[in-house]
Amino acid sequence: MSRTPLDTVEHATATPDVELPWAELGLKKDEYERVVEILGRRPTGAELAMYSVMWSEHCSYKSSKVHLRQFGEKAPESDAMLVGIGENAGVVDVGQGYAVTFKVESHNHPSYVEPYQGAATGVGGIVRDIIAMGARPVAVVDPLRFGAADHPDTKRVLPGVVAGIGGYGNCLGLPNIGGEVVFDACYQGNPLVNAGAIGVMRHEDIHLAKASGAGNKVILYGARTGGDGIGGASILASETFDDAKPSKRPAVQVGDPFQEKLLIECTLEAFAEKLVVGIQDLGAAGLSCATSELASNGSGGMRVTLDDVPLRDSTLSPEEILMSESQERMCAVVEPEKVDRFLEICDKWDVIATVIGEVTDGDRLEIFWHGGKIVDVDPRTVAHDGPVYERPYARPDWQDALQADDANKLPRPQTGDELKDQVLKLVGSPNQASKQWITQQYDHFVQGNTVLAQPEDSGMIRVDEESGLGVAIATDGNGRYAKLDPYTGAQLALAEAYRNVATTGAKPLAVSDCLNFGSPEDPAVMWQFAEAVRGLADGCLQLGTPVTGGNVSLYNQTGEAAIHPTPVVAVLGVIDDVARRTPVAFQEDGQLLYLLGDTREEFGGSAWSQVIHDHLGGLPPKVDLERERLLGEILISASRDGMIDSAHDLSDGGLVQAVVESALLGGKGARLVVPDGLDAFTFLFSESAGRAVVAVPRSEEVRFNDMCGARGLPVTRIGVVDGDAVEVQGEFSLSLTELREAHEGTIPGLLA
Amino acid sequence: MTARIGVVTFPGSLDDRDTQRAIRVAGAEPVALWHKDKDLKQVDAVVLCGGFSYGDYLRAGAIARFSPVMDTVIDQAKAGLPVLGICNGFQILTEAHLLPGGMLGNDHLHFICRDQKLRVENADTSWTSDYAAGQEIHIPLKNMDGRYVADRRTLDELEAEGRVAFRYLDFNPNGSLNDIAGITNAAGNVVGLMPHPEHAVESLIGTGRTDGLPFFTSILKKLVNA
Repeated sequence: MSRTPLDTVEHATATPDVELPWAELGLKKDEYERVVEILGRRPTGAELAMYSVMWSEHCSYKSSKVHLRQFGEKAPESDAMLVGIGENAGVVDVGQGYAVTFKVESHNHPSYVEPYQGAATGVGGIVRDIIAMGARPVAVVDPLRFGAADHPDTKRVLPGVVAGIGGYGNCLGLPNIGGEVVFDACYQGNPLVNAGAIGVMRHEDIHLAKASGAGNKVILYGARTGGDGIGGASILASETFDDAKPSKRPAVQVGDPFQEKLLIECTLEAFAEKLVVGIQDLGAAGLSCATSELASNGSGGMRVTLDDVPLRDSTLSPEEILMSESQERMCAVVEPEKVDRFLEICDKWDVIATVIGEVTDGDRLEIFWHGGKIVDVDPRTVAHDGPVYERPYARPDWQDALQADDANKLPRPQTGDELKDQVLKLVGSPNQASKQWITQQYDHFVQGNTVLAQPEDSGMIRVDEESGLGVAIATDGNGRYAKLDPYTGAQLALAEAYRNVATTGAKPLAVSDCLNFGSPEDPAVMWQFAEAVRGLADGCLQLGTPVTGGNVSLYNQTGEAAIHPTPVVAVLGVIDDVARRTPVAFQEDGQLLYLLGDTREEFGGSAWSQVIHDHLGGLPPKVDLERERLLGEILISASRDGMIDSAHDLSDGGLVQAVVESALLGGKGARLVVPDGLDAFTFLFSESAGRAVVAVPRSEEVRFNDMCGARGLPVTRIGVVDGDAVEVQGEFSLSLTELREAHEGTIPGLLA
Repeated sequence: MTARIGVVTFPGSLDDRDTQRAIRVAGAEPVALWHKDKDLKQVDAVVLCGGFSYGDYLRAGAIARFSPVMDTVIDQAKAGLPVLGICNGFQILTEAHLLPGGMLGNDHLHFICRDQKLRVENADTSWTSDYAAGQEIHIPLKNMDGRYVADRRTLDELEAEGRVAFRYLDFNPNGSLNDIAGITNAAGNVVGLMPHPEHAVESLIGTGRTDGLPFFTSILKKLVNA
């Protein structure tokens, strides 16, 4: 876009008729006209670059905004919330003066184009969001979804994504403690790579992204700015892949985790010395985003000299510098008398830091290049006043037929041998199989505070060594359920994550989400989105867990085919003493197994219907959030009072999947008896929500039963931990060796 | 009285604070050392911890070996200062020629993180005296470049002199020759290994085992009784 003469504000005013490539930059005609109206003239090239990238779907949430408002409007009363939606990440009070910040984001499209770097920079971006709040990052989680496990392209995408997450996160020294791996043909051309991170700080250390105080300096620090990721936000994240277009590879950023590790340490050191007034990481939309957000959230304006930005490529144009998404960069606002000390700390860590501008009295964001003013805008119009669309939405005409195709009517196993055969198929199916081959490529131990990590129900990190205070996180989502009913599907994702946190003994506090959907221009997709958001907002209100922030990823589709609507929900919980946590693995022979909750004939969207019948239809399991809350309270009390030694939530795959996992992890079998009123098939495979299996030491049997009885939670004794097989009395027995072979052999067989 | 044990932080070190904690748990006093600083602050022993020093974009440990702090560590190690290298620290010790051989990428080409079974082969070093020779322990392992290699003559010498300190049991996680997980120098003051004993010192954390604690109690006893 190099032009002579330089396209300054003055030049733009004098040449109103110059045509700008707004369409190539992703703006619609009416959006461009709106920019002209705001400015009262045509934008300069640099201004156009800023508006186009900040008004992209990825940065502006223009299609989703009208729905996302519900998270604020329906927010439950919560004492825990310290910083809510709108900042880099939400912040929650976990007690003892500690605050925790957490967030989940998507890096779906870049990870399909370039799996390793796409996934790596996804981790890098979410970690910078956490640092920008003032917190030390303490863990990451990665909910992942790929195409069919045996599809050749999955073998290209998955290993690259996993290596990228490991390569970046391991090198940052962040334990990877949770997440998911799901396979489904609907993600074939559009994998979902979501990345979550948690950070811990003291209350007084919370930092916000705002530039206040005229005369304060704006410091850009971290990596030099290069040509990578230019237009990534507007082009990659906001458009569907189209085979006809040329390769978009150069638009994916390249990560340098070593640089990010230095950035973490030097930022935390600057925070500790109280040198920072406001801070913003550079992610999507790079400097355009950082400068306009800092300026619009503060009290004044900002003046930036773009010539001072350290470059990796000296031929970059000012527009490219503003749009570049080069990784590992941050922007801090620092009082003039503290600038020297700030630069000293950066120097100690060998991090390049440069004063590129200052906060001004006015309310304009002005950017200069070679002495000319190339940007003169009200930063709020860039950062906050983007277009808002009321996209049309409509329940798709195929929804009724899908729901009428009842999974409960599928042929069921009739004999013990058939049951046995289907159990083996289930626990060995790619979605239900052990993901150890993947998770062992991530460091779980670094930082020395990991109490629980996958395949536990939630990841748990110790926050305070003295008191044992800890936090837990679980992420869940089930696109199959959401396809059948997006409202219920979103609530089931919330319920499962909530249950997973409670199962480990932690009290659920707050929610973050990553909403992965198809094109918002398709009314059917928009309906799925609207329903899912409504379901999630209603659910969070009922459970008392506010949404603290999150991310929306749209245009996840290949051609006309959208992915299953996939709301991924992360629930954060707190535990007073991590010594009280409850693991999944069976601990001791002779302990009694109890099933908590009600089991109904619910097979719509189930793992069984997928594995045995390749079927998706009917209705997903019913949601009862009051029951979820009661179950959670029982699990937390039982864990705190030492009444249970292991617990596992029931979700996809049902009871048999949970028992097999607990057995294999503990190396101890189980003898099960089908309870009265249930048939063996429903007992083993139903996916009714609001359930868990717990192992109770005999000495606690009476106390535990009394507690459940007093609080009105259905509890059924279903067997005992024993031997080296999983046996269902009168039906079948499967040795742990057979089960292990089926459960642990699948993924390496497909991918190694 | 207790001992002061230094932990070097290089840019890209990851387990420095964990190692300091392990030293504290064992009852010794951790002392933070900085890569640009030649001064070892009169510590009684030094641990080079895990991580990716300077990004390890060249070859693991190859740049760290030339840092100012290593000048002093190398000199003093030769004079008898106890030095333990864990993972990246082990890689640095081989790059610094304080220990023979070197590390290549894992034979399966993936990062691997697992609870690893080991046999203690030499319980006579400064860092292993609280173990019994032949004892079997579990220590977390996590690395990308953990495949120990050396020429045949060096391997024969290590084996003959009992300088293989730890061997992988049941499963060789990276293709290391002779299943070598860790080695010692002839004097027994410099020990390096790929697994991470600092991640196995508290029963609640990580794998829930404390099999790594004897590393730190061994050196503490040696220093306090000296």
